[in-house]
Amino acid sequence: MAYNAHAIAKDFPILGRTIRDGKRLVYLDSGATSQKPTVVIDAEGDFYRLHNSAVHRGAHQLAEEATDAYEGARSIVAKFLNASADEVVFTKGATESLNLISYAMGNAQPGNRFHLKMGDSIVVTEMEHHANLIPWQQLAARTGANLKWLSVTEEGRLDLSTLDSIIDETTKVVALTHQSNILGTINPLESITRRAHAVGAVVVLDACQSVPHMAVDVKELEIDFLAFSGHKAVGPTGVGIFWGRADLLAELPPFLTGGSMIENVTMESATWAPAPRKFEAGVPNMAQAVGLGAALTYLTAIGMDNIHKHEITLTKYLLDGLSAINDLRIIGPKTTELRGGVVSFTLGDIHPHDLGQYLDSQGIAVRTGHHCAWPLTRKLGVPATTRASVYLYNTTDDLDALILGVQGAQKYFGR
Amino acid sequence: MQLDNLYQEVILDHYKNPQHKKLNAFFDAQVHHINPSCGDEITLNLSLDGRHVRDVSWDGVGCSISQASVSILTDLLIGKSLDQAQVIADSFMHLMQSKGTEKGDEEILEDAVALAGVSQYPARIKCALLGWMAFKDASLQALAKQD
Repeated sequence: MAYNAHAIAKDFPILGRTIRDGKRLVYLDSGATSQKPTVVIDAEGDFYRLHNSAVHRGAHQLAEEATDAYEGARSIVAKFLNASADEVVFTKGATESLNLISYAMGNAQPGNRFHLKMGDSIVVTEMEHHANLIPWQQLAARTGANLKWLSVTEEGRLDLSTLDSIIDETTKVVALTHQSNILGTINPLESITRRAHAVGAVVVLDACQSVPHMAVDVKELEIDFLAFSGHKAVGPTGVGIFWGRADLLAELPPFLTGGSMIENVTMESATWAPAPRKFEAGVPNMAQAVGLGAALTYLTAIGMDNIHKHEITLTKYLLDGLSAINDLRIIGPKTTELRGGVVSFTLGDIHPHDLGQYLDSQGIAVRTGHHCAWPLTRKLGVPATTRASVYLYNTTDDLDALILGVQGAQKYFGR
Repeated sequence: MQLDNLYQEVILDHYKNPQHKKLNAFFDAQVHHINPSCGDEITLNLSLDGRHVRDVSWDGVGCSISQASVSILTDLLIGKSLDQAQVIADSFMHLMQSKGTEKGDEEILEDAVALAGVSQYPARIKCALLGWMAFKDASLQALAKQD
């Protein structure tokens, strides 16, 4: 069956509303957060309406149902990533997932493979979202390890010519994004993971912009840890995933401690439950986890390869349309090769905030600013950009509206 | 359209021809303010003559609202006493928080009343206030040096 984005859009109630005096909502900000289909909204609501109870506790039927629903969601996530359920940790979002691994490494004692000390190094890239940069800066500051990074070329690709010198025998962890939230660049992981593993480092992948948009198989990618947020994958807010290889999760110390994550507790000390519970202290965001399960089931039914293909078609259409506009400069790769559906650009001397405001007046939602990747926008010499990001429910009508809107803004501010 | 309430001619004029946008080498206080949510930045130099604003000069990058607002500020505040500047700044702050219910006192605010429309756009209020916050900071620093 042919991909029908108009039909898919009907699954998302918010896309039927109007904006600013009756304008059709043209939502091109899914890179920030995606909209939610009815099945997800209902799954979250039904959990509260029918099954709400604290998971892994209580001897009553509701506790059983809640636990089944929660653990069922974990299995769905595991299948989605081609992982095992006990490798999947629920967090409240990718930011927490990345803080979890960085703080857990900071807790590792000498003798533990994750222990960091003076002389060790942490490698990131220049295109990281603040959420995959600052936790590592902080870990470096706490442990005395060096923070190093792979730089970004003018074309918006990672400069891999220095790979072997940046990632060296001192490197303990390489943390990088799968797809840049500004440039749209999809990073080639193979050479990086090979080099990282050759020197005994682990690879942490920020998959916030990839997992919602393409099939991601953690085994095939040969990575060690992965983080993503549910809300960017048509799921609820307040839930994210931290995935890690089973043998590594067994050795990684916990981050948050408290209820649920223990095996045995005395007044003096405690021992930990096996993963994933070692990393899930306290009563989790259960309804949101169940909602995420519904979201990934929804995406799977449409097919991640179909969604990715649709987004590539839209991205090409958008790149072509925007490139034809005078004074418009695309920040990032100009072709769809190793590139996803976020397109950032500048427009002459019209500031992105002003452009975004004009587009809003036409019902078009885009992101403006430095997109939480300030070092990258500084490096590229653009203090701010306008970013359009597409998803499964967008159509070429949406992109036509954007292109027309950009041209309208040129007239409006050129007066 | 409603957008015209935000982007009045006066604002676009100030954006295209910003006033006092060249840092004066002589100053009593220099401040650098950043709007972390959007990356707008301003450096503002202030020199005082006792309790009078002798000069305000600035440089920066940002949207038309932030740039026009600081440009209007320089026109308004240069030559005023700090007490007058305070009255103007308070009046401007009040206008920005009015959620579109007020037009602003033209006697006090002059060109700055053109920014009244900003108060209907909560996300843009901080743009309009960037220069004003920088001025407030600079005046406190400059006064502290006089003590």
